Amino acid sequence: MADPQAKTLFDRIWENHVVGQRDAVTSLIYIDLHLIHELSSPQAFENLVLNNRKVRRPDATLAVPDHNVPTTDRDKPVKDPESALQIQLLEENTKAHGIEFFSMHDIRQGIVHIISPEQGLTQPGMSIVCGDSHTSTHGALGAWAFGIGTSEVEHVLATQTLVLRKPANMRITVKGELLNGITSKDLALHIIGVIGAKGATGHVIEYAGPVIEALSVEARMTLCNMTIEAGGRSGLVAPDDKTIRYLKGRPRAPKDGDWDKAVAFWATLKTDAGARFDKEVVVDAKKIEPQVTWGTSPEDVISISGRVPDPTHFENPERREAAKKALQYMGLKPGTLMRDILVDRVFIGSCTNSRIEDLRSAAKMIKGRRVADNIIEALVVPGSGLVKAQAEKEGLDKIFKEAGFEWREPGCSMCLGLNPDKVGPGERCASTSNRNFPGRQGPGARTHLLSPAMAAVAAIAGKLADVREYE
Amino acid sequence: MRKFETLTSWAATLPQPNIDTAQLIPARHLKTVKRDGLGRFAFEAARYDKKGESNPDFIFNQSPFDKAEILIAGANFGCGSSREHAVWALADLGIRAIISEQFADIFASNAPKNGMLLITLGRDEIAELMQRAKSKRVRINLPSQIVEIEDMQVKIPFEMDPFDKKCLLEGLDQIALTLRQNAEISTYEARWEKKTPWLFHD
Repeated sequence: MADPQAKTLFDRIWENHVVGQRDAVTSLIYIDLHLIHELSSPQAFENLVLNNRKVRRPDATLAVPDHNVPTTDRDKPVKDPESALQIQLLEENTKAHGIEFFSMHDIRQGIVHIISPEQGLTQPGMSIVCGDSHTSTHGALGAWAFGIGTSEVEHVLATQTLVLRKPANMRITVKGELLNGITSKDLALHIIGVIGAKGATGHVIEYAGPVIEALSVEARMTLCNMTIEAGGRSGLVAPDDKTIRYLKGRPRAPKDGDWDKAVAFWATLKTDAGARFDKEVVVDAKKIEPQVTWGTSPEDVISISGRVPDPTHFENPERREAAKKALQYMGLKPGTLMRDILVDRVFIGSCTNSRIEDLRSAAKMIKGRRVADNIIEALVVPGSGLVKAQAEKEGLDKIFKEAGFEWREPGCSMCLGLNPDKVGPGERCASTSNRNFPGRQGPGARTHLLSPAMAAVAAIAGKLADVREYE
Repeated sequence: MRKFETLTSWAATLPQPNIDTAQLIPARHLKTVKRDGLGRFAFEAARYDKKGESNPDFIFNQSPFDKAEILIAGANFGCGSSREHAVWALADLGIRAIISEQFADIFASNAPKNGMLLITLGRDEIAELMQRAKSKRVRINLPSQIVEIEDMQVKIPFEMDPFDKKCLLEGLDQIALTLRQNAEISTYEARWEKKTPWLFHD
């Protein structure tokens, strides 16, 4: 029975952050942490200065270049003049407003959603924003985190608040257990396949159940990261002992007396029994096989053992039309076995899958094997300088390089092809990133989303392959 | 911000669902530090062929829809990235209002901050509008929250967030509004710092 007094985890975080009501349905909400990068902030700073306004809380703001940065030749100036200007402006703007900036030459630099948890800045119960849709990642630590546009970036810089309507509550309970070879990326893709690309629009998703509890904090980040691909602006997991162990001792985690106070506060951050959710979905993890996308929306997903679907089999006429177009763009014929699809490039990286556990999982598959001859390029782009250093300490870089992979400097890279790392027109990429939209990895690029282990075996096989046959 | 009150215009229709922000403006055009001049990149992949020539099959290349200030689109419009450049590109193309069954959350948050009106209607209403918009202009009245087909009896009421409506009608600067609540924000901060001192560093 739903208890009207019972609250969800998100209800609690929301209530903690209400500065005041704007009208019956709109609230002014306080923001605890604002992450900024070079792509979505220049116009915000320009307007701020034009209106003679100041940054309210530079101490609650951190800047890092990640979208544009080259993944090679870091000792040389950035070649592309537009990228160079954006990176330079980020440095100048943050300096002028007293905001901390991790430069391209700082070992702490990396993808914004990788470095904030890594530094211990992302903490349970916080409200976190960034001008990037994958801000949902931070929900893995029990923070309410969501992507915003440039106007909102400017609003947060000036006021440390946002004007918002409260999103609805949705819970996805994952029962059973993940089978051998199945990762949280497969779980994320499967969930998007079940609820659709707009299944969580207007909602904050709380991921719960035994499978979520069993996931590592990094694996939870992959899951929360992909929430936006199901339409949800944020996804979160209640903090537990794993969350506390993850945070303890990180550079920006609470220290000394504050640590105990923080841990006691974090313990209050959970959903009450009997709390009401506007939408509830239950997923059986045991049914999940390795997932791979076939189309141009993350909801176009299927098991590796499956075949490219026949658009005429979709009941919904819009979905039918969209699938037809998607297959045309992807250059695929209905009925083709997914495992028969040849790939040209492999990309292991992005805010979805570039943490140390991701690299370990891919390296395990690659060890002692070679990248297939038909692969034009296989890239590993660690999520941060610190992830890269840790991987090198473990010798993972050697495993990748000996197999024929390129080992690069941290950044968003081939996930969205803003730097020189692109997928060519008509080329097919097995990618651990988050979006398979037309043109996402370069004009005419064809993307198949999958887990790091699946990307690794695709590189070895030269085609989409089943990770379970390589273990 | 430009005010929005009423608008009568031809409406371009794009019925497919999940039109993502990369289709609205490809990522490579985000390397600008300005907001203006992005209209030429709007719908770039659909609007131009490989040689950069106009694709005659694309609705924004067809008269009278090349002058459309209203877009009627399939569900989950604006999904994907948070790029506000998508709104800037559409606005620069001349679009002032979009009608869809559902908008992606971040796009829905970005649009009104740039004077762009988003109208959510039911599936059947959208289908009817799309059909009739082929030969008649569409009229939008924000104060009375009505969409209608010019010279026809079709009148569809729509719902609207009251705060977004006020901002659009008056062309308000949202930051200036919030800065008026400065004292309230400071009071909140003092209370929140007491509860979570580890979130404040000087």
